[in-house]
Amino acid sequence: MSSDDALIEIVDVTKAFGAGERRFLALGGVNATIRKGEFFTLLGPSGCGKTTLLRLIAGFELPSSGEIRLDGQEIGHLPPFRRPVNTVFQNYALFPHMTVAQNIAFGLEMLGKPKAEIAATVERMLTLVKMTELAGRRTDQLSGGQQQRVALARALAPQPKLLLLDEPLSALDLKLRKEMQVELKRIQHETGITFIFVTHDQEEALTMSDRIAVMSRGQILQIGTPREIYAHPTNRFVADFIGETNFLRAAVKGGRAVLGPGVELPLAAGTADGEVTLAIRPEHIRLVPEGAAGALSATVGDATYFGTDSHVHLTLADGTGIVARQQTDPEGTQGPQAGAVLGVTFPPSAVQVLED
Amino acid sequence: MASRTFVAARLPGFSTIAIAVFIALYLPIAMLMIYSFNAGDSIAIWDGFSFQWYERAWENDKVKEVTIRSLIIAASAASISTVAATMAALATTRKKPFRGQTGIYVAINQPLMVPEIVTAVALLIFFASVKVATGYQGLGYLILAHSAFCVPFAYLPIRARLEGMNLTLETAAADLYATPWRTFRYVTLPILAPGIVAGMMLAFVTSLDDVVITLFVKSAGQDTLPTYLLAQIRRQVTGEVNAISTVLLALTVILLTTFFLLTRKRS
Repeated sequence: MSSDDALIEIVDVTKAFGAGERRFLALGGVNATIRKGEFFTLLGPSGCGKTTLLRLIAGFELPSSGEIRLDGQEIGHLPPFRRPVNTVFQNYALFPHMTVAQNIAFGLEMLGKPKAEIAATVERMLTLVKMTELAGRRTDQLSGGQQQRVALARALAPQPKLLLLDEPLSALDLKLRKEMQVELKRIQHETGITFIFVTHDQEEALTMSDRIAVMSRGQILQIGTPREIYAHPTNRFVADFIGETNFLRAAVKGGRAVLGPGVELPLAAGTADGEVTLAIRPEHIRLVPEGAAGALSATVGDATYFGTDSHVHLTLADGTGIVARQQTDPEGTQGPQAGAVLGVTFPPSAVQVLED
Repeated sequence: MASRTFVAARLPGFSTIAIAVFIALYLPIAMLMIYSFNAGDSIAIWDGFSFQWYERAWENDKVKEVTIRSLIIAASAASISTVAATMAALATTRKKPFRGQTGIYVAINQPLMVPEIVTAVALLIFFASVKVATGYQGLGYLILAHSAFCVPFAYLPIRARLEGMNLTLETAAADLYATPWRTFRYVTLPILAPGIVAGMMLAFVTSLDDVVITLFVKSAGQDTLPTYLLAQIRRQVTGEVNAISTVLLALTVILLTTFFLLTRKRS
């Protein structure tokens, strides 16, 4: 599976903590390939194993089994100080007894670089993160956003092959977080270094990443571009975790999903008869008059007005609750009234068949 | 409107007791300091201001000898116990809690709990047999004994400092290519330094001040400053004792103030 542009290959990696009764499997057989220059995000709820995977790549933990390869070389057993990988920690972990410049120089000094080269690199890093004026400050005199920039500069200074970022923006307020998201993308472009970014924030993942790995319970459920993950989730967890989704059960008969009388959808060839779960995004649901061809009958519950759109809650004949997102029209027409019975349709291309 | 919460300072007689306690604590010390500047020979009758007792103490060769001995013992004991305490503090905080950890805390802090006289008698008997076996009569015994009982005084501030340290800093150092030794040298140790200095000063003051264990362990002609003062008082109390005590007090106050400044949290 090794390809030329692969930087990190994670092969069948497991990680268990504790032993015997209290053994806990934090990662159960994870596989992923991360390409050079990529902004790769590990996305999942807390406890899904994303930070454990990051710590295994950094070398702070050793895998219970499996291999981690960097440029084709197995590095899973190396201590962190022998890996050309640097980390931006969630709480920044800046050295409190050093100035900003000394913090940034630390990695280079440990690598034994010549003094002139260290000074030049520190200068370059300070410019990169726009912290030149604060080079001589002690780190406890900095704001959260400034500490974040120093942590980033410190991790980038040794020019690692890979930069790991462990929920680096979670401690910042919303405005600063948006600003740092843009900064991170800019810095990644300028340095060309591969980033692995850990977050539980799906919006952050969608806006920043080249590719996302969605994790849950120690497994990677799906890897893809933000568009692929959002438009074509392969299972219920991914569909539910990223954005809002409606789930509909459908019977499979002769390669077609039957949702109701006269409402059928073609499925991929070879789908066996039985039942499947379909996922449809709220913005793809159209409300039509009751009885329209190919429409499911639904009763309107309450609607929430958001300005640009409204979320209309509906109940299908079989009791399934769904949400339709209605774009506000230019006339500002009142939406459907509670209790009204309507038809619900969606284009076949908006329907995702989930494996579950 | 009276507050319903309990405030000790509002109890009847609180201020009277507080003042009495402060008088009991500080009046004798104040008297000692005042009479160290007495021009007369008495330690109870004020006869005018002079530095005569300080001059006499300074010119007294015996005082010089015991002071130097005290400083040598205190400096050696403080150094040895601080190194031991630093290692103990690292071993008890940088590991996951292990079986018997409480036992180790108790063992390290034993000198704080066991009556000093028991330790003194035990050391006397133990060193007596060592002296017979080796023939060595030097200061080593006093230094060893002082080092042992100074360990907990050095250990406590160092451990407090280590426990307050963010462990991610060591992880970050390792991430930035520092080997375990360099992580200790360039990150752990500098951050720990105020705790180590504080522990060392506390150990130094504790050793400088010790009487009981020193009396039991010392060989003939190994008086320290406290045991010398004790012996002087038994003969005849002169202002010289006041003068020496005042200097000792000043030294202790300076060291303890530095200790306080080093251990207090940054605002």
